[in-house]
Formats: sequence, C-alpha cells, structure tokens
Amino acid sequence: MADTGRDPPLDQSGFQELEDGEDLFPEPASAQESEPASLPAEDISTNSNGPKQETLFDDDPEDLFAEATEEVSLDSPERDVLLSDGPSPAITPITPPTSVITPCISHAHDDMFTHSSFDEIEEEEASDSFDMHISVSDPEKVGDGMNAYMAYKVTTKTSMSLFKLNEFSVKRRFSDFLGLHSKLASKYLHIGYIVPPAPEKSIVGMTKVKVGKEDQSSNEFVEKRRLALERYLMRTVKHPVLLKDPDVMQFLESSELPRAVSTQALSSAGLLRMVNKAADAVNKMTIKMNESDTWFEEKQQHFENLDVQLRKLHGSVESLVCHRKELSVNTAQFAKSAAMLGNSEDHTALSRALSQLAEVEEKIDQQHQDQANADFYLFSELLGDYVRLITAVKGVFDHRMKTWQKWQDSQLLLQKKREAEAKLQFTNKPDKLQQAKDEIKELEGRVQQGERDFEQISKTIRKEVSRFEKERVKDFRTIIIKYLESLVQTQQQLIKYWEAFLPEAKAIS
Amino acid sequence: MMEEVKEVTPSLSVHGHSSKVTEVLKDGDTLTFLIVSQKLSGTGEYHVHRTYDDFEWLQQHLFSQEDVPGTQGVIFPPLPAKAQVNASTKVMKQLGFLGLGEWKLYCMALETFLHLVAAHSILSKNKAVEIFLTSPDPPGRQRTRRNIFNRLSQAVEEMRKEGHKDVDEFFQTKRDYNFVLTGCTKNAAERFLDVVLTEQKIATACGHFATALHLCVEPGDDPDKQAFTKICVKLSEVFETMKKNMASVAENDISTLGLGLDLESRYQEAEKEMFFRRTCKLVELETARRNAEKAKPVKKAALEEVRKSAETEFTDICRVAKKEIAEFQAARLVMLQQALVQWCEKQLHTARESADQFNQHLQAFRGMA
Repeated sequence: MADTGRDPPLDQSGFQELEDGEDLFPEPASAQESEPASLPAEDISTNSNGPKQETLFDDDPEDLFAEATEEVSLDSPERDVLLSDGPSPAITPITPPTSVITPCISHAHDDMFTHSSFDEIEEEEASDSFDMHISVSDPEKVGDGMNAYMAYKVTTKTSMSLFKLNEFSVKRRFSDFLGLHSKLASKYLHIGYIVPPAPEKSIVGMTKVKVGKEDQSSNEFVEKRRLALERYLMRTVKHPVLLKDPDVMQFLESSELPRAVSTQALSSAGLLRMVNKAADAVNKMTIKMNESDTWFEEKQQHFENLDVQLRKLHGSVESLVCHRKELSVNTAQFAKSAAMLGNSEDHTALSRALSQLAEVEEKIDQQHQDQANADFYLFSELLGDYVRLITAVKGVFDHRMKTWQKWQDSQLLLQKKREAEAKLQFTNKPDKLQQAKDEIKELEGRVQQGERDFEQISKTIRKEVSRFEKERVKDFRTIIIKYLESLVQTQQQLIKYWEAFLPEAKAIS
Repeated sequence: MMEEVKEVTPSLSVHGHSSKVTEVLKDGDTLTFLIVSQKLSGTGEYHVHRTYDDFEWLQQHLFSQEDVPGTQGVIFPPLPAKAQVNASTKVMKQLGFLGLGEWKLYCMALETFLHLVAAHSILSKNKAVEIFLTSPDPPGRQRTRRNIFNRLSQAVEEMRKEGHKDVDEFFQTKRDYNFVLTGCTKNAAERFLDVVLTEQKIATACGHFATALHLCVEPGDDPDKQAFTKICVKLSEVFETMKKNMASVAENDISTLGLGLDLESRYQEAEKEMFFRRTCKLVELETARRNAEKAKPVKKAALEEVRKSAETEFTDICRVAKKEIAEFQAARLVMLQQALVQWCEKQLHTARESADQFNQHLQAFRGMA
C-alpha cells in the first residue's frame, strides 16, 4: 500500500504534534461577511498523523485533546491548549483543497488573501468602531451535589451592526467558556493569532461550591471567576478577527449551546497529551530555524524577558495582598482592644475618646480590606492575565517555527523525489516514472503552500504582536487609573475620620 | 512671730525635667547613653555617660529611700526593660515598641523616666538623682538587693498576698480598677504593635514592587514599547509613594500612640506594684495585730511596739498612696491626651500629604495619551 501523501515519520517527532489543527480538521472558516486570513487548505488524506495514532488510542478519539491536569496553575510550564473535538457549527470550508490549486509563484500572494486580509478587517472595524460591552453576572448554582455547576449570565451591549440586537443575554457555564476557547484556539492559534486564554480550572475551588459551602472563600472564588470570565470575553471580542468568528457570536447570542465535552478534568488521553508535550519540548530544542528575520528573534527574547518580569511582579503583588489582609485582621483586633479599654476607663472624656478610637480603627480595617481587594482584583489578576497571555504569544511563535519546519520538510522530500525520478529515467518502468512525476507535482504544490503559510503566519504574528503591545498599554493604564482612584479615595476618607477624631482627643482634659 | 524663711535649696542643680538622652554609643555589647542636662544657674550643661546598669543603680537608690516615711506608697516611674545589642526575640518582645528602630524610642523612654523622677516631689530630693545627672564618673555599681521593690525576686507565697481583701473601700476599688486597666492596656499595646509591624511589612513589599517594575523597562524606539516603559516607570513612582506613606503611618503610630501606650502600660504596672507593697504591709499589720492580741503578758509589750510601728508605716503608706494615685490619674490623662492628639494630628498630616501625591500621580496617568 502506497503511502500517498503521508509524510514519513520523522525521528524527531515520534508523536506528531496533535495541536496542529490543520492536520486533523478541514480548515474552518467564518461564513459571515469577512473572513480571517485564509487558512492553509489541506486534505485530510494528507494527515501526517494517520492511522498510526488511531491504532494506539482508539477508545475515544474525541477525547484526544482533553486536559490531563486538574489544577492548571500559573506555573505549569506550557498551558495545554484545548482543541475543539469536532467541527463547529456553521462552518463551511471556503478555500478548496490543495490539489485543486495550481501551484503559483510563492511571492505576491496578496491577491489570494487580500479579500480576507487583516488589513481589510481593520478597515471595516474602524468604520464600525468598537462599541461593545460584555458583563458576566448573576452567578447561580444549578443542580445538586457533585453534578452541580454555576451558571453565569452573559450580557452583551453593543451598537455594532454585526449583531441582531443592541442588548441581549444568555446563560453560560464555565465549560462553555472553555469550549469557546478550545474552538478558537484550534482555528486561529496555528496561523499566528494570539487567542486570549480562558480562565483557569480549579477543582478545589469548584468542589467547595458544589458541596454547598456558602462561606467567604467560596464566594470569593465565584467572584474571582466571574470577573475573570468577563475579562476573557472582553479580550476576545476586542480582537477584530475573533469578534466576527461565528463561534464567538453564537456564544454571545444563542440561547442554547451544545455542551462542550472535551473539558473533563481527567482523561486517559490526557496522558497522551502530557507525553506529547514532552516530545514537543524536545522537538523545539532540535528545530534550529534559520532565522532570517531578526525581528522575530528579538521579539521572542523580549517576550521571554517579559514573562520572567511579570511573574516576579505577580509574586510581589500576591505578597502585598497577603500583608494587607494581615493588617486588616490586626487592625480589627486592635479596635476591639481599644473598645475594651474604653469600656473599662472611668474617666468619661477619656473613655469616650477611646471608644471613638475603636470606631475609627474599625473603619480603617474596612479600608484595608477594600484595599486588599483592589490590590488583588486590579493588579494581581491583571498580571496573571498577562502571564497567561504571553504563554499564548509564545505558542504562536512556536507555531511559526513548526510551519517553517513543515515547509522545509516538504522541500527535502521534493528533492528526494526528484533525485529518485532522475534515477527512474534510466530504468524501463514507465508507470513508476509516471507515479514519481505525479508525486513531484503534488509536492511542488505543497512546497509552495508551505512557503505561503510561513509568510502568512509571519505577517500575522507581526500584526498580532503590534496589537498586543498597543492593548497592553491601554490595559495597564486603565487598571492603574482605577487603582489610583481607589488610593485617592481612601486617603480622603481617612482625612475625614481623623478630622472627626481630633476634637474628641482634644476634649479629654 | 516672724517665720524664719528657710532657705530651700533646690534638690537638683539642673533642670531634670528637660534632660535629654541625646546619643547612644555601642561599645561591644554595652550601650552607653549620653545625657545632657541644663544647669539651673543657666551657666551651662552637664554631659554624662551612663549605661543601663547606672539607671538601675539610680532606681535602686530611689527604692531604698529611707528618710521619707511612706515611700512604699510611691508609684515609681517605670524604667524600661534592659536593651541589648543583638537582642534575642524574647527581649525584643519584652521591649515592644521601644525595640523598634535604632534606639531612638528607647532613648525617649529613658528621657521620660528621668523627667518623671525629676518632677516627683519626693524622689527628686534623693541625692542619687543629682549624682546620676551631674557626676562625671559613673555612679557606683551596686548589686541589686533583693527587696520588696524588685518584683522579680518575690517568693511565690508573697505573690498570693496580691489578692488579699482590703480594709478600705477606696483602695479596694482602686485596686480592682487598676487590675482591669493593666490587662486592657497591655493587650491594647500588644495589638497596636502587631498593627505597626504589619504596616512596616507592607511598606517593604511596596518598595520591592517598585524596584521590580524597573526591570520591566524596555529599550527601543518603538512608540508602544516606550509607552509601556513610561507606564512602568510611573507606576514604580506610585508604589514608592505608597511605601513612603505606609512607612510614615507606621512612624506616626510608633512615635505617638505607641510610646504612649507603652508608657501607660508600664506605669499601670508600677501602680500595681505600689498596691502590692501596701497590701503586703496590710497583711503584716493584720498579723502584728493578731500577734499582739494573742500575746502572753511577757511578750505583749514588744509585740505592741511592733504593731504600733506597723500601723504607723501603713498609715503613712496610705497617705502617700492616696496622693500618688490622684497625681497619677491626672498625669496619665494629660499624657494619653497628648499621645492621642499628636497621633491624630500626625496621621491627618500624612493623609493629606498622601492624598495630594496620589492625586498628582492620577492626573499624570490620565494625561498620558
């Protein structure tokens, strides 16, 4: 049986990376007015993974991409990207498979992509300027026991013509958000778009909620998650390409959503994933890309540095939040002791002053709690979001490397086939010769496609990075302003408290 | 008859109530304090060097003042616990607020001790005070005698006398009141110390964050990079301000209310000591009375003498104690008021300053394109 079009398994990738959406799914596309940059079209039959994988793990192919780990912390080396387990609704391939496209010269392919280029999308976006606000609210526990879950209300307010209504709400659960991210990641990550990562799972947090503990820590957990989901959606829709994705729009608009299934915490195939990650890491080390573009080298280094710095800052803020909570506890205890002192004191004016002191300290305690919340919800979460976002950025750079590798592999194969063909010329095997010529033709097409893919992803990444850097400035500035406003307000409140206390203190004797 | 105008020589030749403990010198493990006192005559100053042992010498002499009746009824100004270089955790805990910072507060506490002693009508007349403040040589070192003034050497049986029921309602009430207040004050001082220590931790954490932000600075001409760099730099300034604000708040806490609660706490303990001495004398008196009553005629006279002297001593102590209690109540009101007012004023000032600074930062960020 001839291995038509199957790549010979390369040593360095014993397990083919399963992340490459292009290997497994027909290229998805949006059916709406504009499309994302055309995705590399590829026949499934050219699936380099092939039966080899399926024979090994045939129990639940759908589950191949479920996360293996439970708690995914900020420190997990590479956050698993959940990929969608099936074609999304309302998806129809728009570009025909490779075999139909006549091989063209690799450069000047803008004509093929201008219709769906990023530039055009940006233009459209500018005219229909971004006016959208999403809020996630009203967490509601649905069901009982371990099958219970939280349902969140997702409300969208927009004047954009993209949507049917100006204001609409739907109910979604956490796995729906994960499902959305998984679909977007499978469609866009491998072609260079920085898909915002979904908030993290937390078995511990959710179990408490399921069990029904209505205590402060489980309330805090739900609140933290609610805000994280809101930020996630806002980041996603701020991306001009993702906003127009049908999955995103369906998520926001439609009242019924098919249940995302591949988000279970534990899965046997998840172990496969972990193994692949290890192989992946080895892979990365051995891909020595001939980087002709220093921009990419610089940027990669820059993101590595930023990652390290942000993690440090995040740790710093966590420590600050901890101390503030401690200060709140200590202040409350001091307030109590001052109240006791005031009660025991005989002298009327002094007793009164001490009681007032206790009241002031109680108010200050409340301030400390509010400040701790501000520290956390503004800074700690912002930094955490960006650390996770950078992981997505790094992933995109990795995909570019893989794309390059694929192109190189095709070129090598083509060369080999040409050499083999040359040899066949001297033998009397006309059908074998024809077969070789056919293979070469196909490979030539593949090589060109590979080069186009590589250029496209490089172009996309440049745009995405620029967008990231602009958004970053906006994001940080907004948060910092909120934080400063809270700081100013706290001090002004404090001034009022002290001004009220001063006459009490003076009246002692 | 014309009254002889007795020339009253002032007990101290210096303004003891304004002596200053200006310096601390470290000599190996020993701390030496420089005390500066102004001469009453206005002609100059005395500069003397004293160690903690010298302070203890002074205190011992005050305790053992024999010439004035009823000294056991005095509420002795409390001397802070001994400070050490490289103090252990236990010693630091005992020192509380006084252990914070570089001995500045400790010096202030020693100063206060000297002021209180010099202002005391009975104690200021003790020659030891004059020697302590003016003699160029260190006063003699005396081994701490085991005496009723040194609580640490009390035997367990004597401690049980503390709860002995009083014969005088006034004193019983005062004793009960003191007992409650001492506990509450100590508790409040300890809780307040916890607050201050956490404030200092936060100041440090803000400082770290401010420094870490500088590492996020990105070189390059790229306008987005420059914008982000600018944000990091400005945010670092914000956290520096936060650090200064917290440090200031903690400093205000320590130097006013912290010191005040510390002194109040130790002074309450001193009053407690006085009550204890009086109670012991009461027990002694009651015993003497019983003994005299039950005495056989042979011993009666002698025991009567014992009873008489015990009664006189007890009466003297009560007289002095009543005066001391009144003075103490008045003095602590003034002291606490001062502490609270200063604390409030300083915190108010800091809050106004910080509000201004944060507002400036806010405007700067809003103004950023």
